[in-house]
Amino acid sequence: MPDAIALEHAWKFYGDYAALRDLTLRVDAGSCCALLGRNGAGKTTLLRILAGLSPFQRGRVTVFGQSPNSEKAREQVGFLGHGIGVYEDLSARENLHFFARVAGIRNSNTIANDWLDRVGLARVAAMPVRQFSRGMRQRLALARTFLHTPGVLLLDEPFTSLDDRAITMLSDLLTEARQRGATIVFSTHQLREAFAIASHVALIENGRLCYTGERTPEMLDDPALLYRRYMDAGAA
Amino acid sequence: MREKIAIGLAIAAAGLLAYDLYQIFLVLPDEAMQGAIYRIIFFHVPAAITGMIGYFVALTLSVLYLSSGKLRWDSLAASVVEVSVIFSVVNIVTGSIWARVIWGIWWTWDYRLTSALVCVLIFSGYLMMRRAIDEPTQRARLSSALCIFGCVDVVIVWKSIEWFRNNHPGPVLSIRTGGGTIDPAMERMIYFNLIALLLMAAALVLVRTRQEATAREIDSLRRLANAA
Amino acid sequence: MPGVQTPGSSHVRPLPAMIGSVRQALSVARKDLAIELRTKESLNAAGAFAIAILLLLSFVFDVTSEETRNIAGGLLWLVFAFAGALVFNRGFARELPNECLDALLASPLSRASLLIGKAIANLAMLLVVEFVSLIVFGIFYDIRWWLHPGELAAAFVLATWGISVVGAVFGALTVNLRLRELMLPVIIYPLLIPLLIAAIEITNLLFSAQPSQADQLLWGRLLIVFDVVFTALALLLADTILIT
Repeated sequence: MPDAIALEHAWKFYGDYAALRDLTLRVDAGSCCALLGRNGAGKTTLLRILAGLSPFQRGRVTVFGQSPNSEKAREQVGFLGHGIGVYEDLSARENLHFFARVAGIRNSNTIANDWLDRVGLARVAAMPVRQFSRGMRQRLALARTFLHTPGVLLLDEPFTSLDDRAITMLSDLLTEARQRGATIVFSTHQLREAFAIASHVALIENGRLCYTGERTPEMLDDPALLYRRYMDAGAA
Repeated sequence: MREKIAIGLAIAAAGLLAYDLYQIFLVLPDEAMQGAIYRIIFFHVPAAITGMIGYFVALTLSVLYLSSGKLRWDSLAASVVEVSVIFSVVNIVTGSIWARVIWGIWWTWDYRLTSALVCVLIFSGYLMMRRAIDEPTQRARLSSALCIFGCVDVVIVWKSIEWFRNNHPGPVLSIRTGGGTIDPAMERMIYFNLIALLLMAAALVLVRTRQEATAREIDSLRRLANAA
Repeated sequence: MPGVQTPGSSHVRPLPAMIGSVRQALSVARKDLAIELRTKESLNAAGAFAIAILLLLSFVFDVTSEETRNIAGGLLWLVFAFAGALVFNRGFARELPNECLDALLASPLSRASLLIGKAIANLAMLLVVEFVSLIVFGIFYDIRWWLHPGELAAAFVLATWGISVVGAVFGALTVNLRLRELMLPVIIYPLLIPLLIAAIEITNLLFSAQPSQADQLLWGRLLIVFDVVFTALALLLADTILIT
C-alpha cells in the first residue's frame, strides 16, 4: 500500500526546544489513524505540520509524496482545528462559496448549495454566521472541511465539544470518506470512541512516537492497555 | 574559544584606537578652514561606514537563515543590527555636534542626514519587533523577512532623498572623489579609525551573539519545564 | 497502486497557474470587501479619522494663504498614511476569530494570492478614503484638485498600491504579535518614506496649473520602482511570512 502520509525522522523545534523528536510515521492510504497522547505531547503540532501550517526543521514529511506546504498537497487536505474557520459576518452560503472558490472548484455555487443541504443549513443559508447556534456553526465547519472532497482529513480533537447531531454527521462523513479511499488522521483524548473508528493508532509522548500499529481487538476491550504498556511512566 | 576571539578583537581595537587618538589629537594639525572641530570626521565617517556595512552583513545573514534554517545566523544578524544601530547613532550625534559648530544648527534636512535617520528608524523597528515575539524560530523567520525589506528600502530611501534635497558636504574619501580634496595623512587616519571601529564592532557582536544563544537556551529550558 | 485516490479531481481542475492565482487573489479581496461593506469597521474608522485630521489642520496654518497649495500634497498623504494603518491593522486581524487564518492557510490558496488579495482589498478601501478626503479637502481649503484628473488618478493608484502592499505584508507579519496595533505603524512608516516623498511631490505638482513634465516623470518613476520592488519582494517572501 502506498503511504498517504509519511514522516521520516522529522524534528520540530521552537528555538532550541524540540517539540517533535525524530518522528517516523507512515499512514497508509485509506486508513484511519488515531493520534493519542497527553496534552502537550505534540499531537496538534504534528497535525499542523501535516496541514502545511507550521514548518518543521529536520527530516522529511510528505503528503501524497508532496511537501505539506505545497499547493498540490493542500489541494488534498481537509483540516479542522480547534476553531471552526468560518467568517462571522458572512452568511453560510457565502462562507462555503468562498472556500470552494479558494479551493479552485469551478462549480462553486452548486457545491456550496449541495453542502448546505447536506448539513441541514439550506433554510438559513442567507443568515450571517454571527446569528448561528453552536451546533449550526459546527455543522458549517464540517461542510467547510469536506467540501472539496479531500483525500486526507486532518482533524484535531474533532469529537470534543460537538453536539449529538454534529457527532452523527461527522461519523457519517468519515465513514463515507473512508469508503471513497480517503485517509484520516485525528487526535483525541476519548480512547473508546477513537478505537471504534480507527484502523491504526499512534501514541505520542513528549514529542516522540512510542507506539504505532494496527488497532487490535484487545484495545477495544481494554482501552487503557496502550497507555499502560507503552507510555514511559517515569516521564510524567 | 569565542570568548578568546572577542577579547583578542577588543584588545586589538583598543590598541589601534589608542594609536589613532594619539595621531588625531597630537600629531595632525588643525584643519585650515574649520580648526579643531574637523577631527570629528575621524569618528563620524568610520561610524557611518561601520553601520552601513553592518546592515548589509545582516541582510546576508538573514538570507542565510532563511535558506538554511540555522538559528545561529539569526542570532548573529540580530547582534549585528543592534551594534550597527549604535554606530549609526554615533554617526548622527557626531554629525550633529559638528553641524552645531560649523553651521550653527544641530540638524538640517539634508539627504544624507535624513537617510541615516531613516535607517536607524527602520532597524530600530527590527529590534522592537524581535522583542515582541517570544518563540525563537518564528522570531527568526519574521525578522529575517523584515531585514530583507529594510535593506532593500534603505537603497530606495537613499536615492529618493538624494533627489529631494542635498546640502551635506560632498564626499571626502578619494575612492569617491578621485583624490585631491583631503590631505593623505588625514585620509589615512579615517581608514585607521574605520579598522579600529570595525574591530570593536566585531567584538561587541560576538559578546551579543553569546547572549542570544544563552537567551535561546533559557527559552528552551522554560519550555521543557512547562512540558513536563 | 493507481488508486492513490484523489477524489477531489472531479472538480478540482488546476487552471493555468497565473490566471488561477489572480482569480484566487480576487476571491480573497472580494470576500474582505464583502465583510467590510457589512461591518464598515475599517472604512468608518479610517474615514472619520481622516476628516478629523483635515479639520484639525485648519488650526495649524492660515487656510486662505497661497501656502496651502504648496503643502497640500504633504498634508493629504500624511492623512492617508495614518488612515492606512487603521485599515491595515484590520486586514489580517479579520482572520483571527474562529481561526479563519488556519483554514485559509491549510486550503489550496497560495500564500502569494492571499497576500496580494489582502493588498487589493487594502487598495480599494484606502482609495475610497482618499477620494472622500480629497472632496472634503477641496471644500475646506479651496483647493482645485481636479485640474489634471487622469494624472492624479494614476499617481494615487500607484502610490496607494505601494502603501497597500507594504500594509498587507506587515499586517501579516505582525498579526500574531503582542502589541500588534503598535508594531505595525512603527515598522511601516520608515519603510514608506520614499513612496510618500514621491506621492507628496507629484500631488503638489498636479495641484498646480502648469506642472513640470520632467518632475512628474521623475517622481512617477520612483513610485513605479517602489511598487515593483515591494510587490516582487512580497511575492518572494509570502511563504516565509504566512506560516504560523
